[in-house]
Amino acid sequence: MKNIFAVAGVVIKELYRRKDFYVLFIITVLICLVMASVNIFNDPKIARYLKEICLLLVWISSLVIAITTTARQIPAERENRTLLPLLAKPLTRPQLIFGKFFGCWFACGLALLCFYIFFGALAAAREHQWPLLDYFQAAVMHWFMLGIVVAMTLLGSLVFAAPSSNSTICFVIIGGILFVGRHLDQVATSMHEPLRAIVNALYFTIPHLEFYDLRDLIIHNWPLIEWKYIVLALLYATAYIFAFLLGACLVFRRKPVN
Amino acid sequence: MNSPRIIFLLLLALLVFCFGLAAQLSPQFQSWRGSRSGGDIFNVVLGDSRRMFAQSFYVKADAYYHSGYYPTMFDNKEAFQTQHMAEDTGAVNSNNHGDEESFLGPKRNWIDAFGRHFFPDRHTHLDEGGPTDDLSGSENVREILPWLKLSADLDPDNPQTYTVTAYWLRERMHKVAEADVFLHEGLRNNPDSYDILFELGRLYDESYHDTARARNVWEEAVRKWMKLDADAQSDNKLVFEQITTHLAQLEENAGNLPRAIDWLHAAQKVSLTPDVLQKRIDDIQKKMAALIPVAPAKLY
Repeated sequence: MKNIFAVAGVVIKELYRRKDFYVLFIITVLICLVMASVNIFNDPKIARYLKEICLLLVWISSLVIAITTTARQIPAERENRTLLPLLAKPLTRPQLIFGKFFGCWFACGLALLCFYIFFGALAAAREHQWPLLDYFQAAVMHWFMLGIVVAMTLLGSLVFAAPSSNSTICFVIIGGILFVGRHLDQVATSMHEPLRAIVNALYFTIPHLEFYDLRDLIIHNWPLIEWKYIVLALLYATAYIFAFLLGACLVFRRKPVN
Repeated sequence: MNSPRIIFLLLLALLVFCFGLAAQLSPQFQSWRGSRSGGDIFNVVLGDSRRMFAQSFYVKADAYYHSGYYPTMFDNKEAFQTQHMAEDTGAVNSNNHGDEESFLGPKRNWIDAFGRHFFPDRHTHLDEGGPTDDLSGSENVREILPWLKLSADLDPDNPQTYTVTAYWLRERMHKVAEADVFLHEGLRNNPDSYDILFELGRLYDESYHDTARARNVWEEAVRKWMKLDADAQSDNKLVFEQITTHLAQLEENAGNLPRAIDWLHAAQKVSLTPDVLQKRIDDIQKKMAALIPVAPAKLY
């Protein structure tokens, strides 16, 4: 565990040295402040459009940070020829994979914390309420969704040749799951065999990232979700995270270091 | 050729040429039908595709009216053909049928059943309290307004956006002045719109209690509606019925009972419930009969 967290620590330091997060955070803040300054029928209490825009930007920014940070981890080590010395130390390949994963995931968590604090402050300025538990549920679910994304991208970085191709493929897959993942079984019903069976199999195989998107509930002030469903969703995410990480360990085991 | 003086003169000649060419082309570009230079920012950036975005934002406003409980392109949309926020204004023909409570249908599998815990899954309207069912929070209907305003900015030729926005501004948020300004903006963009004139008349009658202006505006709305061709008239019967029944009520309140009956007769021609209107006509006729003074008995 010590080795894993040592690698993770390096990854977190790398995130706050890079400018990606700061740029995305500042853009989010600027867009939200400009949108907040718009006068809509002289009513300063209108808040939900602002919450929606802010959460959309938070989601896009977090996905960009998670995918781009993770996609370059192992290719960069290989390109800089630091992978071999790393593995020459008492560090196994699975430890490196898990270290990189935890580093990226915790880094995403830190970024999310900043984003959600800003979101909470923005919403409170308009609505004069602070539903902390709702925000906590949304942030935790979002973070675990990013865990799946990070694990998937890490596996992709070992399969695909370049970080750019890996990032693009991951964006397409994750976007596809978020937009149509919930409806794949409905899409399958209008198809003929064997395509129907394939799409149905896909529906039950893919990680359903849309579970973790609580934006509509937060924007429209719906009551809290029962905690048992949150726990089940987190377990579901953990299972997929481990599945992708095991896949990454298996691929990395046979991969040449240079 | 390499001397800086020649290069400078060449640059100057190019600048003069560019200036002259721009001056020559600019008037032609302004008068060209495809020019976007005269429009607002949306027109410049989006061109005619802005109408498509306007419709999306109009639907988005209705999704906000339902606090996010709204069918996607994959769900059964029969009960959402006409936006409920427009239907609830009482001046729009409804094409909705089917069960609005359960467009999601029965749970299809465990993933679908589990997923329903993570998005809005209950039919509510913002003006009726929204997800909390708190009727005192009906002013939350304000949340639909940004999308309606954006929709009107993108497609200023859609009268319904103005009438729906003005209705909610006036009815739930008590912002009569803002509704008035918005309706006039709509009228400037759609001078032949009887829908906007009808809503403006309601504003004058119900909010300003200015019956003279309400009468003028509604009568103008009737004239605009009469100018429609037969097909358009048969598609827009509801608004004509609304205008004429409102005029009838106004005349009845003002004591012009024969005029009120005339308007009700006009409404009967397009109404789906002529019997109800006939009953109103009978009531007014009874009132008129009661008002006719009884002839005095002969004294000698």
